[in-house]
Amino acid sequence: MRNILTLTQRELRSYFQSPIAYAVITVFLVVTGVIFWLRFSFFYQYSLEVSRNPYMMQQYEINVTEQVLEPIFYTISFLSLFVIPMLTMRSFSEDKKSGAIELLLTYPVRDIEVALSKLLACFIVYACMIALTLLYPALTAKLSNPETASVVMGYVGLLLSGAAFVSVGMFISSMTENQIIAVATSYGLLLLFWLLGATEDSVPPPYNTVLTDLSLFNHMENFARGVLNTRDLVYYLNFVILFMFLTLRSLEVTKWKGKA
Amino acid sequence: MIEVEHLTKYYGQTPAIRDVSFTVERGEVLGFLGPNGAGKTTTMRILTCFIPATSGTVRVGGFDVFTQSLEVRKRIGYLPERVPIYKDMTVDCYLDFVARLKGVPSRSRKTKIDEVKTNCGLHDVSGRIIGKLSRGYTQRVGLAQALLNDPEVLILDEPTVGLDPKQIVEIRNLIRSLAGKRTIILSTHILPEVSMICDSVAIINEGRIVAKDSISNLHTGRQMRITLGVNGPPEKVVAAISSVEGVGKVAELQRTATGVRLDVSFKPGADPRPGISALVVGSGWELIELRPEGLSLEDIFIRATAEEGEVEQ
Repeated sequence: MRNILTLTQRELRSYFQSPIAYAVITVFLVVTGVIFWLRFSFFYQYSLEVSRNPYMMQQYEINVTEQVLEPIFYTISFLSLFVIPMLTMRSFSEDKKSGAIELLLTYPVRDIEVALSKLLACFIVYACMIALTLLYPALTAKLSNPETASVVMGYVGLLLSGAAFVSVGMFISSMTENQIIAVATSYGLLLLFWLLGATEDSVPPPYNTVLTDLSLFNHMENFARGVLNTRDLVYYLNFVILFMFLTLRSLEVTKWKGKA
Repeated sequence: MIEVEHLTKYYGQTPAIRDVSFTVERGEVLGFLGPNGAGKTTTMRILTCFIPATSGTVRVGGFDVFTQSLEVRKRIGYLPERVPIYKDMTVDCYLDFVARLKGVPSRSRKTKIDEVKTNCGLHDVSGRIIGKLSRGYTQRVGLAQALLNDPEVLILDEPTVGLDPKQIVEIRNLIRSLAGKRTIILSTHILPEVSMICDSVAIINEGRIVAKDSISNLHTGRQMRITLGVNGPPEKVVAAISSVEGVGKVAELQRTATGVRLDVSFKPGADPRPGISALVVGSGWELIELRPEGLSLEDIFIRATAEEGEVEQ
C-alpha cells in the first residue's frame, strides 16, 4: 500500500511537472466550455420562444437538466475518450523506452502495485480535469435550478467511464514503447467500444443486445439521466478489472521477452 | 552467495545464454567478461529478477529468483547499463523515492540517503535535475540508488561505459571501496578493468561460460612465457635452451652485441626456470634477463574464447 502511494506520487509529479497535463486540461476545458455556452444560449432562446407561446408551453417541456446538462455529460464523456489516451500513452511506454521499467521491476515492488499506481495517477489527473467542469453545473444553478441528484449521478458516471478509459489506455501503453502507437491504438479501441452501441439495428437479435451491453456509451446513458443502475456500475468496474488484468499479463510478456 | 545452475534463456528461437553455471562467494568481486552480445546483460537481468530464465535456477542468498523474487530483490542493488533513472526529478527527490520503494524505514531514511550521497560524491548536485547532470554524475546517481537498501549483492552492468577517463577511475575506485562486505558482479568488455577491480573473472562467449577462475589462477594455471637474455653465442644458446626439460617453443627476439634475447614458452604446467638458469651459468654464459611474461588478460580472453572453437582469432 505504501508502495502504491510512493509510486502514485511520482507519477503525479511527472504529469504536473511536464506541460502535458496542463495542455490537455486546457484544451479540454476550452472545448467543453464552448459547447456548454452554445447549449446554454440555445436553451435560453428556446425557453424564451416557448414561454411567449402558450400553445407551445403545453406541448413542450422546459428542463434545464435534461436540455443542457445531460448533453454536456455526453460531450464530456466523449471528449474524454480522446483526451485520456493522451494522458495514458506515456504511463508504460515512456518507462519502457527509457528503460526505467527495468529498474522499477527489480525493486521490491509487486507488478500490481506498479500498474495500480499508474492507473491511479492517471485517474487523479482525469478527476482534476472533470472537477474543473463543475463550473458548468454551478453556473447553471446560478441562472436556473437543475436537479442536484442528476448532476451528482452524471459525475459518478463520468468518473466511472473515465476509469474505464484509463484502464484501456494503460493496457495499450503497456504493450508498446512507442507513445504514438499507444495513443492511436487506444483511440481505436475506445471508439470501437463506443460504437458497439450503434449496432442495435444492424446485428440480428440475440447478438445485438450482447454488443450494445458491451458498449461504453450505453452504460453512460443512465448516469447522464441521473439514474444509478447497478448493472452500469458492475459493467465499469469489471471493465477496469479486466484491463488491469490484461495490463499485468502484458507486463509479464514484457519480462519473458526480456525487452526493457 | 549467488548460485547459478544450468541457466538457459531463449528469446524465441535464439539462445541468449546456454547452460550457464557458476557460484559467487560472499564478498567476492566477480568480473563478467565477454564480447558484446555474449549474454552478460541477459544473465544479469535474470539474476536481478527482471526476466525469468527458460530453464535452470538462480539462488541469491539462498532465495530463488523466480519463486522468491521479492526476497531477492530486497537484497540486491542493480545498475542497468543504460542507467534508466527518472530524468525529471532532482537527485534528492529521486533518492528519496527509491529509498521509499526499497523499504528504507522512514526514521533512518535521511541518514541513509546522506550516507550514500557521501559515498558517491553527490552532495554538490543534491538539488539538481538529473536530466541536466553530466554522464559521470548520472552514473553516480545510478550507483547511489543501487546502494540505498544496503544490498548484500550489487549487480552492475557496464558501470564505466561512456565515461571519460577521469570519471572511469573515480567509478572504479568507488566500486573497489564498496567491495569487502558486499558481493559484487560487474560486467564489462574492457579487460584491464577486470584485473583492476575484480577478484575473479567469468568469461562468457556466445552464451556459454568459457572460463571462471580467480584472476591469479587464470594467470598461473596456463602456459607461461619468459623473456630470456643471455650473453653467449646465439646458435648454441638456442639449442641448449631448447633441450631443457619443460621448455616448449624458443624464438629469437633480437641479437645483441654480446648475445641474444629469446622468447621462451613453457610446456603447460611446467616451470623450467631453475634448469635454464643453471644451464646458462654452467655453460659459462651470462644471464642478463629472465622476465616472466604472465599471460595478459587479453591473451586469456582470446584463448578462452578461441579454445571453444567459437571465435576465430
